Amino acid sequence: MGKTLAEKVWESHVVRSTAGEPDLLYIDLHLIHEVTSPQAFDGLRLAGRRVRRPDLTLATEDHNVPTVDWDKPIADPVSRTQVETLRRNCEEFGVRLHPLGDIEQGIVHVVGPQLGLTQPGMTIVCGDSHTSTHGAFGALAFGIGTSEVEHVLATQTLPQARPKTMAVTVNGSLSEGVTAKDLVLTLIAHTGTGGGQGYVVEYRGPAIEKLSMEARMTVCNMSIEWGAKAGLIAPDQTTFDYIEGRQGAPKGADWEAAVEHWRSLVTDDDAEFDEEIVLDASTMTPFVTWGTNPGQGVPLGGRVPQPEEYDDPQDRIAAEKALHYMALEGGTRMREVKVDTVFVGSCTNGRIEDLRTAAEIVRGRHVAPDTRLLVVPGSVRVRLQAEEEGLDIIFKEAGGEWRGAGCSMCLGMNPDQLAPGERSASTSNRNFEGRQGKGGRTHLVSVPVAAATAIRGTLSSPADLEA
Amino acid sequence: MEQFTTHTGVGVPLRRSNVDTDQIIPAVYLKRVKRTGFEDGLFAAWRGDPGFVLNDEAYAAGSVLVAGPDFGTGSSREHAVWALQNYGFKVVISPRFADIFRGNAGKSGLVAAQVDEKVVQRLWDLLESEPGATVSVDLESRTVRAGEGPDAIEDSFDIDDYTRWRLLEGLDDIDITLSHDDDIAAYESTRPVWKPATL
Repeated sequence: MGKTLAEKVWESHVVRSTAGEPDLLYIDLHLIHEVTSPQAFDGLRLAGRRVRRPDLTLATEDHNVPTVDWDKPIADPVSRTQVETLRRNCEEFGVRLHPLGDIEQGIVHVVGPQLGLTQPGMTIVCGDSHTSTHGAFGALAFGIGTSEVEHVLATQTLPQARPKTMAVTVNGSLSEGVTAKDLVLTLIAHTGTGGGQGYVVEYRGPAIEKLSMEARMTVCNMSIEWGAKAGLIAPDQTTFDYIEGRQGAPKGADWEAAVEHWRSLVTDDDAEFDEEIVLDASTMTPFVTWGTNPGQGVPLGGRVPQPEEYDDPQDRIAAEKALHYMALEGGTRMREVKVDTVFVGSCTNGRIEDLRTAAEIVRGRHVAPDTRLLVVPGSVRVRLQAEEEGLDIIFKEAGGEWRGAGCSMCLGMNPDQLAPGERSASTSNRNFEGRQGKGGRTHLVSVPVAAATAIRGTLSSPADLEA
Repeated sequence: MEQFTTHTGVGVPLRRSNVDTDQIIPAVYLKRVKRTGFEDGLFAAWRGDPGFVLNDEAYAAGSVLVAGPDFGTGSSREHAVWALQNYGFKVVISPRFADIFRGNAGKSGLVAAQVDEKVVQRLWDLLESEPGATVSVDLESRTVRAGEGPDAIEDSFDIDDYTRWRLLEGLDDIDITLSHDDDIAAYESTRPVWKPATL
């Protein structure tokens, strides 16, 4: 029987396999940031261990960093200590770091692909659940906890139980104005937040093949939001074209050898998945969340559901709690929901294509009077590219705020937070209670919906701007 | 890591599904660089509500958390496990755990015991009708017990064999892996030269 892409990548990284034990997997790239690594480095020091492969390790500062005044010391002393701890650890253990102020600094999942370090067939881990982003290149990439960060630092391996495999086949093609974000939000509403639990998922089918690399990253990024261990997409010419010429990409004869190998990284025709979901992209429309987990979503043209619509008592209670937290009435049209802050950014939607899309929509328009638009590039490179294209001017002329690179309001570890009761339309990945600031209320949206919402002040699509 | 064989402690009924790690500990509490002191961030937003279960004296000393399905979803922050442990929890019982949370729990010595949804429902009913009642968790036999008499609850729980063994023995994963150093070195010698490096 043939093998799936995920099985091929898995099997080519098994260092040791013994019955009754998890496989020991080799890790090709270990990405690090300031929040989930200090205790891991501490563990190494306590045990007198070194970093086994600093040459397969890369660190950046992203979660805590301010998006204004990035050339000044970080104002919050606790954040500053955490960032300084990363700097000390990287120096002591010989790990390459792109600190605040460096041209390669940015969100770890934007930086890896941008540097060409994310390549097909690799195993990539990071102490961050959105490591699944790198799966867009046909890499097996997943988030780990701090104990595992320490394990990878010390051994460059991880013991891992073999996951089940699932195919998400998306037929048809997305209509104009419907994005990869809508696709993945539609999927998560279909599966629930636990639907992918225990699976490595392969996204495939015509609608996936047509996506750009950046859009593929958006899809894979949110694999974790429906519980999948990882999500990947078979590499193809789109993938190779993206990687070629980047700093970390193979060169010359190595490039040829690499591409030849990468072309073999597809699921065999006779391979079997443990599970399959089939969706039709042509039926998808702009999709937004109404509740407090990413599975609680509806089409933008729909209404906030009534708790009574749920048969399962757990779902009904969860819906009641979510509506209470979100201060929404069942039956309200999503388009009537008024938004205070629009956040464009994050490892889900903070890349150059996202900023171009947003700028195109706000160009020549003005942000609604009571609404704030915050645009945060995913990396310094993205910021500089956007500025070269004049996108920053477009956002500023529209009344938006143009910021420096980082995770920012996706999780509000830095000063970019929602105030209690404030409502956002956010291109990020999580609408959990308090995620963007204590008491903040988040609606997850695509980039076009975010931009149109900033202009109208209520959840909107670009089509609404023409009306 | 400390060995775990059995534990009996006050059960805390957390009648919620989809308890994500942002609820267990919000991001603003993740800035410390040590593994201790995270108990102040545990369920920080909910603890502001006087009606929250941990604000009830009877449950305040709880060490066995009983939660709804999809516990620990979202962020990979191991701080969620540390916050539970720093507070005093030894065991979390749920019908379904998010993968990363379950992995983190196993590495840090918090038992993530997966039970049938009906068992959670019965435990909730018992713990709410008898605040302060204890729950016993036996890792050797993978059994959870609570209550007495005809309504006593006794059922099995799931935890993978390898994690159970490591917890019972109190073994450090890294030591185990480093004992296979030869295998790692042998694998490294076969890696293609064109694989990327950061230095």
